[in-house]
Amino acid sequence: MAKAIDIFTPRVSRASLTPWLRRILFYAALFILWQVIALSGIWPDYLFPGPFAVLSAIIAGFGSGLYLQAIGVSLSRLAIGYGISLVVGLVLGLLIGRNRILEETVGSLILGLQALPSVCWLPLAILWLGLSEQAIIFVVIMGALFSITLGVDAGVKNTNPIYLKAARNMGARNVALYAQVILPAALPAIINGLKQGWTFAWRSLMAGELIFFTLSLGNLLQTGRDLNDASQVMSVMVVIIIIGVAIDVLIFGPIERSVRERWGLNR
Amino acid sequence: MSHQVTLSETRNESGSDRGTGSFGGISLQIENVSKVFAGRAGNVEALRPVNLNVEAGEFVTLLGPSGCGKSTLLSIIAGLETATTGSVMADTRKVQGPGTDRVLLFQEAALFPWLDVQHNIEFGLRQLGTPAGERRALARRFLEMVHLQGFERSYVHQLSGGMRQRVAIARALAINPAVLLMDEPFGALDALTRDRLHAELESIWSSTRKTVLFVTHNVREAVALGDRVLVFSPRPGRIVREFRINLPRPRSLEDHSLVDESAEILTVLRDAIGNDELEAENG
Repeated sequence: MAKAIDIFTPRVSRASLTPWLRRILFYAALFILWQVIALSGIWPDYLFPGPFAVLSAIIAGFGSGLYLQAIGVSLSRLAIGYGISLVVGLVLGLLIGRNRILEETVGSLILGLQALPSVCWLPLAILWLGLSEQAIIFVVIMGALFSITLGVDAGVKNTNPIYLKAARNMGARNVALYAQVILPAALPAIINGLKQGWTFAWRSLMAGELIFFTLSLGNLLQTGRDLNDASQVMSVMVVIIIIGVAIDVLIFGPIERSVRERWGLNR
Repeated sequence: MSHQVTLSETRNESGSDRGTGSFGGISLQIENVSKVFAGRAGNVEALRPVNLNVEAGEFVTLLGPSGCGKSTLLSIIAGLETATTGSVMADTRKVQGPGTDRVLLFQEAALFPWLDVQHNIEFGLRQLGTPAGERRALARRFLEMVHLQGFERSYVHQLSGGMRQRVAIARALAINPAVLLMDEPFGALDALTRDRLHAELESIWSSTRKTVLFVTHNVREAVALGDRVLVFSPRPGRIVREFRINLPRPRSLEDHSLVDESAEILTVLRDAIGNDELEAENG
């Protein structure tokens, strides 16, 4: 009896601790392995810098203000492009989801365009708009727009028709029906589309910035290469990863969690 | 008294002891209403022409096997579906589309999962343009009426099936309809909860005197609640018999005369269906 309790009680706390412990151990091992390889001299320092070199590159980058400035440029492009995609995608998704003819025509086109990696728009964007801010924002929009549209479309289409019946019966019409019923009912699927849209936007932004000459995160990667400075390249990569994870965890995580809790989807 | 007056009266004296808020229901004239669904495999006749007059404030139960078109009839009366033939008159006006004088309640309660209980109940009032303060007060009153005070901030998934139906009833009552169209609202509930909700519904009905059309496939439920029980045939549905239930209210499911009435109606229903498939449900 006492033994059974002994086994059971520590297991609860261990279960919540061990994943973190394992993770920390894993990264520590990775760090050491990286350092060992760097010290072994298989590759020269400027091609394969150790973790401390990368760390000091990060510190130097932020210290000079260069990284912050680059992050500002990249994030503002992302915000503009993603914001436009959000507005257009919501409207487009609602229209396609509610209208059979648009679904069959525009819907099929968007499904096709979704299959095209958005970087493929870059040559065309540069031909049309030059090596400009607009060209890169265009590519970001092409990255996010279709995912968002299809997410909204799926959400609208999978809405239980009984909600619409009940709402119409209680006098909801036109704009109120869309704003108070159709959109909120579709929210779980819409959030999925928004998340996917953001990853695509972030990827296409980084790809696009590689060929631009103005200061940005992608451009820092490129200048690192030009300077034969792998520690700068790696340090910018780390910064890009951290920003990506942070947006996932700090923005989309809480939104998704609150919707799932509200709807009772966590069980 | 027109419904328009009823509505404004309620709004003006939302705090008064006429708390339940209504001068009663309106009459319904259903003339020659039928429904044919156009399907891929040809047309499906859901409802044979139905003629039915419901008096203002009457409680009518529609009894029949699943899929006999009773629900279709309710949807047509609610204005959510159009009839293939015939017309529905609500009071003196022809039904053309949904209206807040006739509210449909569903078996699945159809509460909005993105709103808490309070805002679910306020939904219809918001569409009517009722000011926020008044909405809150009305919501509180109807939540009390269905004995759910304290659950204002709960979300749908936190409520039991019976509580959901109570909220759905409060949500419908909040916009003060003249007619409640109830489509097997208690069909998915356990027997105990269902009995309790019968009693609550009966008391709400007797204090508000709304017109109620209540669809069920449960004979005892039909007899316990209705002034009249209309027995439908299987699809395509039509009314095969009509029973007037003169038992005193409030009724008890254990009452002998109620059990006798039920037995008689069950025989008729069984003849209409032509087999015993209802037995298990009503036994």
